[in-house]
Amino acid sequence: MVLQALAFYVFAAVAVAAGIMVVTARNPVHSVLFLILAFFNAAGLFVLMGAEFLAMILIIVYVGAVAVLFLFVVMMLDIDFVELRQGFVKYLPVGGLIGIVLLVELFVVVGGWVSLPATKSAIAEPVREGVSNTAALGRLLYTKYVYLFQAAGLILFVAMIGAIVLTLRHREGVKRQKIAQQLKRTRAESVQLVKVKPGEGV
Amino acid sequence: MWEIGLGHYLTVAAILFTIGIFGIFLNRKNVIVILMSVELMLLAVNINLVAFSWALKDLVGQIFTMFVLTVAAAEAAIGLAILVVYFRNRGSIAVEDINVMKG
Repeated sequence: MVLQALAFYVFAAVAVAAGIMVVTARNPVHSVLFLILAFFNAAGLFVLMGAEFLAMILIIVYVGAVAVLFLFVVMMLDIDFVELRQGFVKYLPVGGLIGIVLLVELFVVVGGWVSLPATKSAIAEPVREGVSNTAALGRLLYTKYVYLFQAAGLILFVAMIGAIVLTLRHREGVKRQKIAQQLKRTRAESVQLVKVKPGEGV
Repeated sequence: MWEIGLGHYLTVAAILFTIGIFGIFLNRKNVIVILMSVELMLLAVNINLVAFSWALKDLVGQIFTMFVLTVAAAEAAIGLAILVVYFRNRGSIAVEDINVMKG
């Protein structure tokens, strides 16, 4: 139990510290790297709560795909980050004020909530003993929530096509294959029979 | 102290969410860091969902977390694509210029 608590405090402290570094780091590349650190520690928290599958998803999808995408974009765009940081000190008081107010509100909620007895009867899918987390999630996802699962796939598909359509561009003066034009060619317009007289050439 | 309950996880999630909000206010000019702050806030929401799923022994919270992850990934992809196109057209990513909504 003590080990678990120690692990929780380490993961939570590192996640919060990494989160603070994400928003205050001078260089956005460092921000992305701290974001990755925060994700790793959140995955540790997920493992502590017994959600191993989500922890792995968080690492594979978030660290492996989303954070690397951020890293690519940050490194690809040639931006003067010093200029973008102007006004950092100016926004600090109002941001800090709103942050503190929100934090106090959330702590009031966290400290004051009670669980009604009715919540026990409202549980939709109780965790069963003896079934691993991944298997239980899979059984639920592919049966009861299969339509939502397909809808999530559709969202990803639309996002993929949207990202491609947004960033694809055709530069002028670049030679590229036009398959439709190639297929449209007929023998009549591309092959010509030339009578060559002897000794004269074409 | 050594007994980790639901309140502990909710506290961590609340702090992370507040850091996300704080980051949006702090980096008003840098869209990339704003997007990262949004990711932090979604992470806090996910921690909340998983914490309640763990405390109530109800798997639906984890299912919902997966859908939140999906939508967050799609949002990051589209947002960064828009950012790249914007940078190509304008040569900067200053948020203050984006209110000019004409070609």
